[in-house]
Amino acid sequence: MENSNRRSFLKVAGITALGLGTKPVLDVFAASGGKAEEPKPEVYKNEKALIAKRWGMVIDTRKFHSKEDLEPMIEACHKTHNVPNLTEPRHKIMWLWEDEYKHVFTHMEHELINDRIKHLPFLVLCNHCEKPGCVRACPTKATFKRDDGIVLMDFHRCIGCRFCMAACPYGSRSFNFRDPRPFIKEENKEFPTRMKGVVEKCNFCAERLAVGKMPACVEASNGAMVVGDLEDPESEVRELLRSNYTIRRKPDLGAGPSVYYIV
Amino acid sequence: MNDKNRITFGLIVFIAIVTFPFWYNLGKASSAPELKLSEKAKAAKECVKPKEIMRQEHMQILDLWRDTVVRDANRAYKSGSGKTFGMSLSSGEESCLGCHESKTEFCDKCHNYASVAPYCWTCHIAPEEKKPEENKPEENK
Repeated sequence: MENSNRRSFLKVAGITALGLGTKPVLDVFAASGGKAEEPKPEVYKNEKALIAKRWGMVIDTRKFHSKEDLEPMIEACHKTHNVPNLTEPRHKIMWLWEDEYKHVFTHMEHELINDRIKHLPFLVLCNHCEKPGCVRACPTKATFKRDDGIVLMDFHRCIGCRFCMAACPYGSRSFNFRDPRPFIKEENKEFPTRMKGVVEKCNFCAERLAVGKMPACVEASNGAMVVGDLEDPESEVRELLRSNYTIRRKPDLGAGPSVYYIV
Repeated sequence: MNDKNRITFGLIVFIAIVTFPFWYNLGKASSAPELKLSEKAKAAKECVKPKEIMRQEHMQILDLWRDTVVRDANRAYKSGSGKTFGMSLSSGEESCLGCHESKTEFCDKCHNYASVAPYCWTCHIAPEEKKPEENKPEENK
């Protein structure tokens, strides 16, 4: 009898131990199946965001006559993006600036060009090329082309090697040789500044397009600058390109610039 | 073993030097900083993710957000509980610092204690700090 008692005791004890051991496991299964899970977080675009298949710009140079006419656009751009006002030519930071015909359209220049064109200041900026050389040159993928054609910079990733500056045929990029902060007159708190050792350029106001606003220069231009979808035949830029003769900067290089000039 | 005394003396000096930082700083350890939430953050009650996750993983979240915003142009975030946020560190009401209004209270306090120096603010612009004590003398002038 003693033996059988011990035996039955051990049996019961064993089964109990097994039962207690499986409880936490069963609890886990019960929790994962039974309870309704919280929906997963989502990321999305602002519903007001302006979207295009390929962004492009048309600049009507007939509406400009002097350097003063270009000032409002340059100022609007540089204010919006906290571009420092450095006077030393080698240190200058430029997103949107002006230059003369012989420097802008180097491949189309000749000495007998008409007077209006010869002395007209042209607005120049990043051309947001179809095949951007800067993107190929960047070793850290800090510069990249978005699906909608905008060539952007991720300032966080830029190591300041300046390969992109060498690769850009338009001189659209500037390097921060010194801390830009002390040279910014009024800081726009909605946009970051840059730091020393980073390359910067026009970003096609990607941050404004994302909230449904037109680029700052376009807003300040009184209709002389127009942006829109180059792949939409109904868009305003396509209408302007259809009805006017336009030129692009250095098209023979094959970079495919997206900024068109009506001359 | 004729140098027993000299060796013992040397050992004592050696141990004293090696353990110097420990007994010199004994009892001086500063206590962990207490996080003071801004009124706005208290009123909002919930963040992007639960408090514990935010405490541990905010740097990974910020890193992920940076790529989402810059590369994919997705700038809005809807949390599991259905609340929406602007995916930005410091621009706009719905950004991180739009709610946690004080950089010194919310960021620097713990970062200084943990001796980490993230360089967010070399480029991003922190909201202006409200310092009532400093404003008073100016008013008297």
